[in-house]
Amino acid sequence: MTPMSYIFGIVSAALILVVVIELLRRRHLRERHAIWWIIAGVLALVAGIFPVTLGWAAGLLGIEVPTNLVFFVSISILFLVGLQHSSELTQLESKTRTLAERVAILELRLRDAEQASSDKN
Amino acid sequence: MNSLPDRIHSVTSPYLRTLIVMPAFNEEASVAAVVREVHTKLPGISVLVVDDGSADDTTAVARAAGAMVATLPFNLGVGGAMRVGFRFALENGFDNVVQVDSDGQHDPSEVPALLAALQSADLVLGARFAGEGDYSVRGPRSWAMKVLAAILSRTSRTTLTDTTSGFKASGPRAVSLFAEHYPAEYLGDTIEALVIASRARLVITQVPVAMRPRAGGIPSHNPMKAAAYLARAALALVFALVRPSSTYRSGAEL
Repeated sequence: MTPMSYIFGIVSAALILVVVIELLRRRHLRERHAIWWIIAGVLALVAGIFPVTLGWAAGLLGIEVPTNLVFFVSISILFLVGLQHSSELTQLESKTRTLAERVAILELRLRDAEQASSDKN
Repeated sequence: MNSLPDRIHSVTSPYLRTLIVMPAFNEEASVAAVVREVHTKLPGISVLVVDDGSADDTTAVARAAGAMVATLPFNLGVGGAMRVGFRFALENGFDNVVQVDSDGQHDPSEVPALLAALQSADLVLGARFAGEGDYSVRGPRSWAMKVLAAILSRTSRTTLTDTTSGFKASGPRAVSLFAEHYPAEYLGDTIEALVIASRARLVITQVPVAMRPRAGGIPSHNPMKAAAYLARAALALVFALVRPSSTYRSGAEL
């Protein structure tokens, strides 16, 4: 590993964390959605600063090429985030649907009330 | 909600506590005739047309024909439209809900038979039988419907021959259950609704009805489509059966 690639790894990881924290700070991202990105950023930063930890973790799991561990963890995190988004999309759709149903009923009631009051006058 | 003449009329009507719900999606051509037919054959009954996000004039046409109309801001499918109907019935003191298609497929003169069966059941299906009326389905789609009917008959502890019928009457227990839990997914309003009702220990029964041919559209006999239909139906059925029972708890958790 050249010093250049060493610095590149650290800077990339730090950049991810900075972006995530900045979004959190401006409330453009909720904690529950940020958690996976923070975990990914911290792992990348640790592995960037101390490449030994990556080799050690790979050895512990019996993975011969440490980069494969990086790929595995990255794909896992992306998979979990995708799943979380699908699940929240489903919940949002169901809430939207319920709101639409309530709006339809309320509009009907409003119309009837307006009709009744205009009949009275 | 009702003006005075309406009330006097409904006191004399046997349909005072019954609401006809018609989901309608782009049905401006047929909905008015169906509403008028219902009013003629079932005098004094309340009709709620649920305009399921139609792009045409369904709402105005149905209102002009004398129905109450709830207009959804966008298309939710039959399940979502029916949930509006059940919720409306619950909030306005109707005991029974009868679903009638707005394309004229269901004959309103069959409604009293469905309501009569509600005396001893919570959910009554109007089953289309071959030979009665002009309705028939052949080929792979009919096999799919038979398999479904066999499984759902076991689940609901009764004999059902036509589980995908949209002509249904719900009693008070079914109305309060469905106002919360009527499924909105594809095929949910037929298959999953039956599973929900069975799992809530509602009594389900069926009544033979004649079905008129649809105003437009030809039933598909494409084997690929039939296979896809069966697969989706099976998936809907499996998930309805394994869903945690807490999701079907009835009550005021609005």
